[in-house]
Amino acid sequence: MPDYGWPDGEHRTLIGKRITRVDAPYKVSGRAKYTYDYHGKNLLFGKMVRSPYARAKIVSIDISAAEKLPGVKAVEIMQKPGTVVQWAGDDIVALAAVDEATAEDAARLIRIDYQPMPHLVSDAEPPAGVGEEAGPMGEDDVWDAVDNQMPDRQFIQYLADHGVSFRVDEDTLNGLKGDGASDAVLDALRKAQYHEPVAGAGHSAYQKAAAQTAGDPDKAFSEAEVISEGVYGIPLIAHCCLEPHGSTSEWPDKDHLFTHISTQNVSGIPGQMADPLGVQAANVRVHQDNIGGGFGSKFAADRWDIAAARLSRKAGGLPVRMMLERNSELEVAGARPSAYARVKVGAKKDGTITAWQSRSWGTGGPAGGSMPPIPYVFNIPNQRKEHTAIRTNIGPARAWRAPNHPQAAAITMGALDDLAARLNMDPLELWLKNLEITGPRRDVYREELGIAAELMNWKEKWRGRGQDVSGVTAHGLGLSIHTWGGRGHESDCDFTVHPDGSVEIKLGTQDLGTGTRTVILAVAAETLGIPIDAIQLHIGDTLYPPSGGSGGSTTVGGVSSSTRRAAVDARDALFAKVAPSLNAQPAELESVNGTVRVKNDPNRSLSWKQACSKLGAVTVTVRGKNPDKSKPPDLTNSGVGGVQMAEVEVDMETGVVKVKKMVAVQDCGLIIDMKTAEGQVYGALIMGISYSLYEEKIFDNIGGRMLNPNMEFYRLAGIEDIPELVVHMMTGKGYDDRGVIGLGEPPVISPGAAIANAVANAIGVRVPFLPLTPDRVLAALGQKAGA
Amino acid sequence: MRDDHLPKKKPRKKAEANSGVSRRDFLKISSISAAAMPVLGTKVVHAAGTPVKVYGPGKVPIELTVNSRKYALQLEPRVTLLDALRDQLDITGAKRVCDRAECGSCTVIIDGKAVYACSLLAIEAQGKSITTVESFMDGDKLHPIQQALVNNDASQCGFCTPGFVVALKAFLDKHPNATPEQIRRGLSGNLCRCGTYHGLQLAAAELAQKGA
Repeated sequence: MPDYGWPDGEHRTLIGKRITRVDAPYKVSGRAKYTYDYHGKNLLFGKMVRSPYARAKIVSIDISAAEKLPGVKAVEIMQKPGTVVQWAGDDIVALAAVDEATAEDAARLIRIDYQPMPHLVSDAEPPAGVGEEAGPMGEDDVWDAVDNQMPDRQFIQYLADHGVSFRVDEDTLNGLKGDGASDAVLDALRKAQYHEPVAGAGHSAYQKAAAQTAGDPDKAFSEAEVISEGVYGIPLIAHCCLEPHGSTSEWPDKDHLFTHISTQNVSGIPGQMADPLGVQAANVRVHQDNIGGGFGSKFAADRWDIAAARLSRKAGGLPVRMMLERNSELEVAGARPSAYARVKVGAKKDGTITAWQSRSWGTGGPAGGSMPPIPYVFNIPNQRKEHTAIRTNIGPARAWRAPNHPQAAAITMGALDDLAARLNMDPLELWLKNLEITGPRRDVYREELGIAAELMNWKEKWRGRGQDVSGVTAHGLGLSIHTWGGRGHESDCDFTVHPDGSVEIKLGTQDLGTGTRTVILAVAAETLGIPIDAIQLHIGDTLYPPSGGSGGSTTVGGVSSSTRRAAVDARDALFAKVAPSLNAQPAELESVNGTVRVKNDPNRSLSWKQACSKLGAVTVTVRGKNPDKSKPPDLTNSGVGGVQMAEVEVDMETGVVKVKKMVAVQDCGLIIDMKTAEGQVYGALIMGISYSLYEEKIFDNIGGRMLNPNMEFYRLAGIEDIPELVVHMMTGKGYDDRGVIGLGEPPVISPGAAIANAVANAIGVRVPFLPLTPDRVLAALGQKAGA
Repeated sequence: MRDDHLPKKKPRKKAEANSGVSRRDFLKISSISAAAMPVLGTKVVHAAGTPVKVYGPGKVPIELTVNSRKYALQLEPRVTLLDALRDQLDITGAKRVCDRAECGSCTVIIDGKAVYACSLLAIEAQGKSITTVESFMDGDKLHPIQQALVNNDASQCGFCTPGFVVALKAFLDKHPNATPEQIRRGLSGNLCRCGTYHGLQLAAAELAQKGA
């Protein structure tokens, strides 16, 4: 059995070093092509007519005038009269025309009559006494959930927990399938337990999850020496991918679809497009060279993507481009669920945390959403938690880096920071004191807190709340810790060594800008002992073997494992052919520095090219897989811990918060490319500063629409907002030997909590909700002054 | 709060979130509101006593000079320079992101000045020298600005990157001895979502040191 394990520290030439991103030269020169850049021949321009109402019944649709406009090639009604639209911006009619101007003119000619209905877009704290316990799903609930694109996992879990209150028959299932329900959901419906419908059971927008209790919270609170209470939360934010969602689809012939789509999930798209288009998944080809941002929002073939394919079919197969405009991108193509909580924490005088109570609420759109994992990281022994999910007409939520964790961190770390203030304790001491209840990563946190404190100069700089003010400028420090899983997703890798020495790798994965191409090449080059630029890598196409979607920090584990196994097998196949020429056994050979040589006698060697020529006329082609129990060891791992600290300055007159410095200390197992790994953390800190200070989807409660669907009023941090950033990656013993673990999620979890805590430390009072805008800061200061 | 208290490189527009009509939409609408005119091509009308050329409706001949090459196009007057570059000429380094002068991803250089190509009509760009990111390489060799970005890992998804490269070039051409702090200010009209500002700052420092 060959050794597929990662080479140890002494034998690594590339892994763990600082490797320059291989696709950077293409990106800086404008040569990198994105879905939005693709031009088929005779490209048609798609437009979507969208609902102006947050909730309305479609009464009638008249497309005749648009169809007659010269230059219009296809019009497709996506949602028929009678349908109840559940959010503003939802797709109603799609059309394609010879140029964008004509498509815009045609869109204005579409007449749609709506019957507006009451809507709810507010995620304010549910009034007392409203809301219902979650119960079995009625038939309407199921149709709504399918129409509203409730995430499969949530849907299936709900059915398993609560069952249905109607008889599920095959007709209904077929109808649901036609509406886009996945086979897994249909299966869950078949298995769902039947409950008699309860007369008068209403449809409240407020769904209460069952209260969760651990230990004896009442006793713990009555015995607590100190109790701290507060309100904390993060609003809805948008993904705001710079390349919007969308695709260009064409039909080379009537049975084959070719789609360029901006996706985090190249290999998963054909299966999603097949059913709604009535085509075999095998006949759907998907291609994507580069993606301009996803952040969790681009796993699905969306309704607008299906629209592009249908329009193309109607227009004789010509390519139809349907890329969202910026306002739609912000309105309908990305929302991170909001989460807020009233929290009570009990502790002993020495800082030992004993009790947690939370009443949380938030919205993830029409499906309601779920409770964030609070209390976060700290498994407080006595807990009582209640959560109310608000079903709103804001459009479906989508996964946003580390789903639910940034919210959980902001709520938990805020509450613990307030507890520390109440105890007159340095929060760093409180965190250290309670590490025992953080589970298996406690020693990692201890080490990381020490390193972070040193890099921040915490002990020198930290003052009690509101005690570091000069003039109108308040100065403060805050910290937070976080965790994430990881592991590698499924990935297949085809690996070919040619007799002329060239090497080709093919994977149906995608590089989100995280450095996926770079790590695949680094692993291959390390294994073969040849330079990175001697290898050709092909990704981003369904012509190549499948890899999982890039989500949950699972890509690097998946692709590095499949590539490593393939590269080892290819190298060993080559050794078998070369060994006779070197008068050696294959097992005695090694491949280093562009040569294949005998381990104990390096003078017996061949250049890589000479060695490959021994293959004769036959290439070596192998496939590597992840996971693959037949080829141990497991090359990936799961479970990381990270610590972040923030230093801020707050102008007490204007309420403006400025982040002065951030420190991130992160473990993620074996790091393949230190440079892009650090880049992930720098990027996450910056994204974190952005959502901490600026980002919020603001809705008009009366009109039901998002008020800031543009980049002027939905603000992203700019380069001048970026302070000194210090990133420290944990490496060496205890880290490198764990295997590869992804890094997309962990470092983006803590910034909100750390910055909010730093602001509380600076101004002496908690600003409950992010983003920490001047109005919120001034309101908190005003309350403090008035109290 | 980025630079609200400081003079802006470009004046900000007034709030338009409610009207749904941006300045650029307005430009487009006003050029088609001449729809009463049945003739193709240019017509001169008198507005407040001044003769004004009116173009359209329908396609009109437009000539653009991009990266020293002349292109003859037939375009409706409402087409932006950005869309003309991307959709007509397949010059796609400039990206369409906000489409209303907020993010800088479409930055090109016109007569030596950084300009948001989404906020200029193609017809207005006639007779001017338009430079895009595609012209910066010298054969296979990256421009020193591009190389600095590569060295300092200043791109992730890369969608904003060409805009930053062009903005940097325009700024450094004008201010060859700029400090890193001044370069930061010079890049404040561009936005990134992945968070590559750290790498961009390092690149700026490298370029400032070299006096690129």
